Parts: sequence; structure tokens; C-alpha cells
Amino acid sequence: MSAAAKGAAGRDAELHTLTGAYALNALGDRERVRFEQHLAVCPACAQEVRELGATAVRLGLASSEVPPSAMKSRVMARISAVRQEPPKVAAAEAGRIPPAVHRARPPARRRLAGFVLAACAAGLAALGGVAVVQQRAADEARAEAREAAELARRSTRALAEVLTAPDVRTRSTELGQGAAGTVALSRERDRAVFLASGLPRPDGGRVYQLWFADGDAMRPAGLLASTGGAEAFLMEGAVGRATGVGVTVEPAGGSPAPTSEPLGLLSFPSG
Amino acid sequence: MKEAIHITGAPSAGPGLDELLVRVARGDQQAFSRVYDAVCGPVLGVVRGVLRDPAQSEEVAQEVLVELWVTAARYQPSRGSALTWTLTLAHRRAVDRVRSAQAAVERERKAARLGGTPAFDDVVEQVEARLEREQVRRCLRTLTELQRQSVTLAYYRGLAYREVAELLAVPLGTVKTRMRDGLIRLRDCLGVNA
Repeated sequence: MSAAAKGAAGRDAELHTLTGAYALNALGDRERVRFEQHLAVCPACAQEVRELGATAVRLGLASSEVPPSAMKSRVMARISAVRQEPPKVAAAEAGRIPPAVHRARPPARRRLAGFVLAACAAGLAALGGVAVVQQRAADEARAEAREAAELARRSTRALAEVLTAPDVRTRSTELGQGAAGTVALSRERDRAVFLASGLPRPDGGRVYQLWFADGDAMRPAGLLASTGGAEAFLMEGAVGRATGVGVTVEPAGGSPAPTSEPLGLLSFPSG
Repeated sequence: MKEAIHITGAPSAGPGLDELLVRVARGDQQAFSRVYDAVCGPVLGVVRGVLRDPAQSEEVAQEVLVELWVTAARYQPSRGSALTWTLTLAHRRAVDRVRSAQAAVERERKAARLGGTPAFDDVVEQVEARLEREQVRRCLRTLTELQRQSVTLAYYRGLAYREVAELLAVPLGTVKTRMRDGLIRLRDCLGVNA
């Protein structure tokens, strides 16, 4: 078979054959990220993915169903209550290189899907005094399967990378009701980890959401599925020029912009 | 109200869907209402195909439609039709859900599932019986057995290609290429251009 694909050319050829599996959403997370990186530099693959994606959609159309009419009123009610992403978000993201845990392709964004983000939370090796943190994902995302394990391994590695970065700095704050939050920041790696302990599970299906504070603007940085224990989360996205981190309680699925007063705000240590 | 936009079988949306989604990105709720009418059936169909459970499918379909509203600004007409964009999103969310929901009980069930209960041929049959559009069914028939199995198990069952390989007891590389070859053949048969 493919004589163990020597060199970059071989790897590219091998990646190219993934267009079909990608269009069918049949890749594991790690492969998908790799493939998306490849897509960015392979116009022929991108074209093929577009065509095969449109073909897969025909399979979907063929199984169309009639939704209950009440669904529309529920959706319409919901959209009048959630804020839309501004167009510039899309532009900014299109040009960004995807970090490991971050999905790059616009239709594939998963920020709103709480269960996926929850699956990104992972157990992690300790740094100094920071205890090993036990991960527990949201109900739907109880990690096990290979997919989740793979994701967890990668997430753990990414977490450990931040926490063991030579320039890591931490800052802690109370979050009320005996809960505490700590942010660990590595400017060098341009990533931050949020460590929470004792956060009660929010009621009514709501979730905790993390934010990067870019001056006055809050940029979504992932959802926490808290279980009251101690947990660590690799914050979504690059730190960039953020000056701090905030935590709010948001409706299920999170919000594009905070809809409540923050439980806590942490300014990054300077210097 | 406004008439639903016609999308029957066309690879790209009927007139206006792309344009409507662009308006949705600017906060136009009326445009969203029309987009909803056009895509809700296919969205639910895609999700239901993967999840099967009606209640869960509705829930996920709803999430997808709300996400469509929130993230409409990311849609770029130059990169494909609004319908493709929407159904790709729907399929991903359904697959996400099926994989994460399965995870809990997966360990025990996996062996059974991959071991052939229900019989895998039944699965494919069952899936195909649901296909309303003759053209898709006809074109699926032009695929080789392995191509057809690989494509349908991935798309309609949300299986990762590794699982498909396990299930069909064929090497990973074979499944990868069968998925690609199968979709290419389907593309040509259906006359999809993107």
C-alpha cells in the first residue's frame, strides 16, 4: 500500500484522500484539525471538499422531514433573545491559524455547542501546587470513546503546555459562594488556562462562560461545565491583547456577548 | 405568510436563500423566518437520520437553527450555497451529539454495535428506505457495495471512518478512498457542482 508515505509530498497525498471522509464528517478530531490546516494550503482539496460537501448535502436533503409546527415558534422566540455575532468576528477568524483545540472552518464552529466544549475539559497533570484536576464533562459529553479520549489527551497536553510555560503567571479571585477562580497565562504561548474550584452547577440548564477582556470588549473564550469540583479549562482562542478574563453565567449554549454581570473579573498580571 | 423557498433537489438553494441568509446576518428576523421555512425540514431530516431519537433530534435541530441565526455572519456566499452551509452544520452537530451521547455507555455497547447487531445490512436497508428522493437512491445504486456502505454509514449513522472500517472489517485506507470515490461518483451522478 502507500509505502509509509515518505516526506511531505507523501503526507499531502495521503491527506488528500481524506476529502471524502471530511465531507462526511467522519474524521476524528485530530485528523480534522490537521486536514483543515492542509485545506488552507491546498486549493484543489478545498474545491473538492466543496463539491463533495455539496454532494453529502444531497444525501441529507433526501431524508427531509416535516418538523412540528411548535418548533418554529420556539426557535423564533429564542432568536429574539440571543445576540448575533457581528460580521467582523467572521472576518477576524477567517484569517487566524487554528490552535489545536480550535476548529477553523467557519461552518464548523463549535463555540455554541456546550457539549463539545465540555468535552474539551480534560484531566491534567499538576504544575507545582496546582493539584491534578479531575475532569467531568457535561451530562451529554461524558468522555470515554476514542474520540473523546483523543481530544482529552490533546487538551491535556495543551493545558500542560500552558501551565509549564516558563513565563506562566497566575492570578486568583473569589467567585462567590466559596468558589474560586485562577487564571494561568502564558504570553509566550499566547494561551490561558482557567482553573475553577467549587463553582456550583448553574441551574436551569445555564452554563458558565469564559471571556477574554479586550479592553472594554468581551470575547467568548469557551464554556465551563462545572460540577462543583476542581476543574481546568484551556481557554478557547489566543490571548492576543486581552488584559484579563471574566466569568459569567449564560443561557445554555453560551452567548456571543455577556448577558449578565460577571461573577468575577481577573486582570492579567503585567510584565 | 411568505411562501417557503423552493429547494427541491437542487444542489444550490432555490432563488434567494443565499441572499436571505446574508440578510439574516444583519439581524433581519423576517428573513430568518423564511430561511427557517426553507431549511427546517432538511435540517430535521439530517439530524434525525443520525440521531434517530425524535425528541433529541428536535432539540438538536432547534439548536442548529438558533446557531444559524447567531453565526449567520460567518456564511460566505462565495464558498458555497446557504443550504450546503446549513446542512453541513446540522450534520456536524448531529454527529457531535451522537458521539458524545454514546460515549457514556459506549464501552459496553460498542462491541455489540460493531459486532453486527442490528445486522449491518438492515441498517443500510433501513437508511435507504427513508430516502424520499428517487434520484439519490438511484445514484447510490451506482456505487460499489463498499462505497455505498462507507458513505451511508458515515453520513446517515454518524460513524467515524475508523468505526466504518471496523464494522466492515476493511483497512482504514480502503475506507478513506471508498468514501472519496463513492462521493465523487455520487457527485457526478447527481450533477452536483460547487
